[in-house]
Amino acid sequence: MPRVAVVRFPGSNCDFDTLRAAERYGSQAYFVWHRDTDLRGADVVILPGGFSYGDYLRSGAIARFSPIMQAVQRHAAEGGPLLGICNGFQILCEAHLLPGALLRNAGLTFVSKPVDVTVEQTDTAFTCDYEPGARLRLPVAHGEGRYVASPDTLRMLEAEGRVVLRYVAATERSPFQPNPNGSANHIAGICNPAGNIVGVMPHPERAADRLLGLTGGSGFFTSPVSSHQDSSNARVSSNEVG
Amino acid sequence: MTFRVHVRVMPRTGLLDPQGQAVEHALAALGFEEAGAVRVGRAIELDVDAGSKDEAEARARLMCDKLLANPVTEDYLLDVEED
Repeated sequence: MPRVAVVRFPGSNCDFDTLRAAERYGSQAYFVWHRDTDLRGADVVILPGGFSYGDYLRSGAIARFSPIMQAVQRHAAEGGPLLGICNGFQILCEAHLLPGALLRNAGLTFVSKPVDVTVEQTDTAFTCDYEPGARLRLPVAHGEGRYVASPDTLRMLEAEGRVVLRYVAATERSPFQPNPNGSANHIAGICNPAGNIVGVMPHPERAADRLLGLTGGSGFFTSPVSSHQDSSNARVSSNEVG
Repeated sequence: MTFRVHVRVMPRTGLLDPQGQAVEHALAALGFEEAGAVRVGRAIELDVDAGSKDEAEARARLMCDKLLANPVTEDYLLDVEED
């Protein structure tokens, strides 16, 4: 069972949802406070949504310098799975763990509604349980979710297949307006080249409980469990061989 | 010596600035049709202790690069004055 650290910043407000979703799908999840310096043996780290430090200066700009972020950076540099959801995605961009930035929604309003996205990259720590091209309905809730990056960066993300989630156009089956925030290339989530760092604006933790109606986000919590089991099995078999 | 540093952070030219657009529309609604190309940024003021004006500016520039401005989306201007 993987150990999942959910980092709480002052102003995090999706921390409990994230913790419970991780527990529900087979992880041992616990909170880590932003002033802590130790992730206590985490296999997986999640930066949850919210408004860390009141979004002062820029979303995620101050959280990036929290004491715990040094341990988070080390964890990611060693290849450890790291997921940023909403404000967590903003923090990952501010920390330069993912390229680009998230700016004020093009429509200026805070957008809180379900959207449809496709999973375009399944070779990541958090999407390996999805089928490529899977269509998910996930809630978004943000005022600053417009993904922006230089033309070179956008070309690189597309060429390297690093767009993990993309907002999809409305169809008969999907009444929701595509691209709720004006994101470049309809980007809803990206990853680093190795696929261990993933940032998404939609909230998979709010779509991971049958009781709440949507379950499309559960793959974000089962995937790290699956990869953890695979790597544990690999360790066992290499020990047996040894 | 203490220097007063004025930092002006602006969204990079060419990036959509929805706040600027909204303010422009509001100005037009108030009858200020002559106003155009409105952009909204952020002003930050701070005291910096340094041995010289150049040193104060260099330190302030570092603060901008590390925290006060986002190098991906924003540009900044510095003005340093002796207190």
